[in-house]
Amino acid sequence: MAKVLVVTSGKGGVGKTTSSAALGAALAQAGKNVVVVDFDVGLRNLDLIMGAERRVVFDLVNVVQGDAKLAQALIRDKRVETLSLLPASQTRDKDALTPEGIERVINELREKFDWIVCDSPAGIERGATLAMRHADLAVVVTNPEVSSVRDADRIIGILDSKTAKAEAGEQIEKHLLLTRYDAGRAARGEMLKIEDVLEILAIPLLGIIPDSEDVLRASNVGCPVTLHNPASAPARAYAEAARRLMGEMVDVTLPIEKKTLMGRLFGWKVA
Amino acid sequence: MSIFGFFTRTRTAPVARERLQLLLAHERSLSGKSDLAVILREEILAVIAKHITIDREKVKVKLDRDGTISTLEIDIEMPEVVAVKT
Repeated sequence: MAKVLVVTSGKGGVGKTTSSAALGAALAQAGKNVVVVDFDVGLRNLDLIMGAERRVVFDLVNVVQGDAKLAQALIRDKRVETLSLLPASQTRDKDALTPEGIERVINELREKFDWIVCDSPAGIERGATLAMRHADLAVVVTNPEVSSVRDADRIIGILDSKTAKAEAGEQIEKHLLLTRYDAGRAARGEMLKIEDVLEILAIPLLGIIPDSEDVLRASNVGCPVTLHNPASAPARAYAEAARRLMGEMVDVTLPIEKKTLMGRLFGWKVA
Repeated sequence: MSIFGFFTRTRTAPVARERLQLLLAHERSLSGKSDLAVILREEILAVIAKHITIDREKVKVKLDRDGTISTLEIDIEMPEVVAVKT
């Protein structure tokens, strides 16, 4: 049965879009039929991160409003056959999305795909609540930093009250994805500890994504990091997280600081 | 990053710059004309529908852009027996 996954955070800039693209690609690389849906109407970016910005014709708003069929708006990834993108509109605002329209589109997507990954906009307004509305499970993205942890707590509360599942008296499955984790700063005690974040938010850990140049390189060229450099630390962490989402029991790898010869001499580090 | 990697690694920032320039030039030129693809499709289909019965489900619209040219591809599947309207 199809699973609807929302990638959300409350706070902006913590890595929702990067994580949506990487998790979606990792699930597709594992053979699942995946669509990633950009809910950030007016400020779309998932198309750019996935390298499909030149191929957008129709978008989520066109489909919701009946101006285009779903099949016409879906963009098939050129690298992974089982991966598709449903882009957001760049020119409208979030009021163009209606709850009924979104429900219809999600139900239609459920028939075609194994995984529907909804990339939520930041904030707790309409766009964010519509993105999580029909989710079966949620990935809450946070950085080891006070304000993003606080906002994550707020979004967990909203997941437990405003989703269709919550309103039906069911529990929505929630997972924590810790991104931009800097092993060096953690070792020096300059960053919130993983245990502290987990204790505060009290939801299970899906993965720890190290802060890495590979993530920036992948977004520069428009390719999810799990496809661009599968051997890199963040790609491996995302691939492991995807396996956990599929129900496999995989131990969470803790990123450790690796220093190269040049790094030792000049204080550079790689994740 | 190894010492060799430092010299040989392909730089990704120029790729990012080029992609952004292309995308933003396109988006700025479209401000106010947001649904050009929808409008073009509707008008082209209206002209064809005057002469031939077409199934709207079987219309594919594809767009591709690069530095110098943009292509809008409208693929209309014709019915097996072409019902020419008189």
